Amino acid sequence: MPQGDYIELHRKKHGRRLDYEERKRKKEARAVHKRSKQAQNSIGIKGKMIAKKNYAEKAQMKKTLKMHEESSSRRKADEDVQEGAVPAYLIDRENTSRAKVLSNTIKQKRKEKAGKWEVPLPKVRPVAEDEMFRVIRSGKRKTKQWKRMVTKATFVGPGFTRKPPKYERFIRPSGLRFTKAHVTHPELRCTFCLEIIGIKKNPNGPMYTSLGVMTRGTIIEVNVSELGLVTPAGKVVWGKYAQVTNNPENDGCINAVLLV
Amino acid sequence: MNMETSQAGMGNNTVMCLLTDPEGTNLGSAMYIPQTAGPLQLTQLVNRFLNNEEMLPYSFYVSDEELLVPVGTYLEKNQVSVEKVLTIVYQQQAVFRIRPVNRCSQTIAGHAEAVLCVSFSPDGKQLASGSGDTTVRLWDLNTETPLFTCKGHRNWVLSIAWSPDGKHLVSGSKSGEICCWNPKKGELDGNPLTGHKKWITGISWEPVHLSSPCRRFVTSSKDGDARIWDVTLKKTLICLSGHTLAVTCVKWGGDGIIYTGSQDCTIKMWETTQGKLIRELKGHGHWVNSLALSTEYVLRTGAFDHTGRQYPPNEEMKKALERYNQTKGDSPERLVSGSDDFTMFLWEPSVSKQPKKRLTGHQQLVNHVYFSPDGKWIASASFDRSVRLWNGVTGQFVTAFRGHVGPVYQVSWSADSRLLLSGSKDSTLKIWEIRTKTLKQDLPGHADEVFAVDWSPDGEKVVSGGKDKVLKLWKG
Repeated sequence: MPQGDYIELHRKKHGRRLDYEERKRKKEARAVHKRSKQAQNSIGIKGKMIAKKNYAEKAQMKKTLKMHEESSSRRKADEDVQEGAVPAYLIDRENTSRAKVLSNTIKQKRKEKAGKWEVPLPKVRPVAEDEMFRVIRSGKRKTKQWKRMVTKATFVGPGFTRKPPKYERFIRPSGLRFTKAHVTHPELRCTFCLEIIGIKKNPNGPMYTSLGVMTRGTIIEVNVSELGLVTPAGKVVWGKYAQVTNNPENDGCINAVLLV
Repeated sequence: MNMETSQAGMGNNTVMCLLTDPEGTNLGSAMYIPQTAGPLQLTQLVNRFLNNEEMLPYSFYVSDEELLVPVGTYLEKNQVSVEKVLTIVYQQQAVFRIRPVNRCSQTIAGHAEAVLCVSFSPDGKQLASGSGDTTVRLWDLNTETPLFTCKGHRNWVLSIAWSPDGKHLVSGSKSGEICCWNPKKGELDGNPLTGHKKWITGISWEPVHLSSPCRRFVTSSKDGDARIWDVTLKKTLICLSGHTLAVTCVKWGGDGIIYTGSQDCTIKMWETTQGKLIRELKGHGHWVNSLALSTEYVLRTGAFDHTGRQYPPNEEMKKALERYNQTKGDSPERLVSGSDDFTMFLWEPSVSKQPKKRLTGHQQLVNHVYFSPDGKWIASASFDRSVRLWNGVTGQFVTAFRGHVGPVYQVSWSADSRLLLSGSKDSTLKIWEIRTKTLKQDLPGHADEVFAVDWSPDGEKVVSGGKDKVLKLWKG
């Protein structure tokens, strides 16, 4: 590395070699071949670095060429017609693209009659009775064992009053009573917190259905009036079925998926 | 027994009344009217005083409340003293009465994509609709079948407008071009007009009483300017630029002023010979979504009225002017604007830059405002699922119509101003009666959102189109 300007000084004093221009021209011409030979014969990390650099240069060159090409023939870009046409007053507003949410009540009624449901969770793990209930000892000597306390989440309607404590066999603790469920619409992929109207069916047995126990796989009925659904006949839909998808006693909340 | 004592309590069985018209001029002087007089007798009285040849219907209001019962009953209910002079305001109602529609007479399929805009011609004999499949379709109202399919646009057709004489149909699309159609043959008239750089948000024709035959119309676009075009020359006459954001709606007023409302929260008034800005109306806090003029319906229908007569071109202008002056009366033209800031403003633009009244009450953005054909009421449709009715002269709130379960998109009035139609996202249309202020008829049947509604000027039919791609015609 020259330190100082003695090289330039010599150049100024004595000029360059007589064949300097020719040599320079020929060297530059050979440089292309030398570069390609280097790129082809280098191995290891060096080869990789050279390849990477060459590729970046190639991509950049392609882009500039394309840019130049574009300006020479100016055409109005053909905008394609998109799906989901909306009127002018809705274009600037972000509306979630939605699937049709209307359901056919006649179909639903027929399904209800048949008692068959196409549900997201067709099979659930059966819950044993000793898992569901805990034995409560009562009596002066704590020997009577006919009372049971439910250990899973329950729903008791709004007008619920307990039986007299001396006679109630099944205790549903208020800490495990829920009124609202987080219901997800399967197509819209959005979740709403909706009130529960009632328990339709618990797959573990009719006894649990009548007690109002909610375990995974239970079909519940929720209040959907805030979704603003309307039947084809023009009536407003305010109750729909949903299936519980989590274990509410472990999570402290009820997650369900709406059955459309 | 009861009747006697109450009558004795009232004294003479007559009460001093003063009849005034909506603008404040008195009809004769105060006179004694028997207390058993109801709206019918008062109508006869007014007709006699005004020397009307035929019995015209009137409605009566005492301190902004409609008088539906005999005067005596009203006095009793409201405990008004018999000593004072009772001021009764009379208002002429439309001579004809429109029957409310209650059934879907036909569901016409044809469009391949959602129907975005529908419009009846001013004489009510033709129907045109624009849709997301880039076509404009003309429909035959007698057989309720498709008539013509007009291809020519390259993108969704966002707005259509008939000229007030019914001879031209103009439509604007999402790519910013405007196509003129010949409605008799369903063909494109010349080439599409280009000039706007972004989509067209609204089209409005010049009123017939200002120039007949109809040649000029103004269009507004998302690119921020409005352009005045000539349909015979097929070019832009003047470009009205000034708005900084999209222009959402444009209206050509009856006094020759163009009003444009924009997303930059202002409304600008332009004069039409040179395209200069006259005034700027500021006040809104968010986008101006919709404008309405008190004489809008009369400007749209031009020389056609409920009798359905056709006029030769030179008579058209006179007849249109006559109808316009009748609706306008002596007061200046009023303008109402609905905005995203949940409020509306009532302006008297030729009088002052300041709004006359601010109409608050909606809980979500106001999407569409519309004056009734006689200019007495204002209806506003909002995303809060309600339609609100306001007094068209003072701007006072009258009532809110609730019933929809989804955002209300558009409203339309019947030609006699007695019925109001609203279409909403919840796929139903509802007809509201103004006299009783209740729901008259529910029209379900659409499978998806209803984007556009229109009531024909002759009152016979209602058309609605929406996302389910079909057009529904409703009849009484």
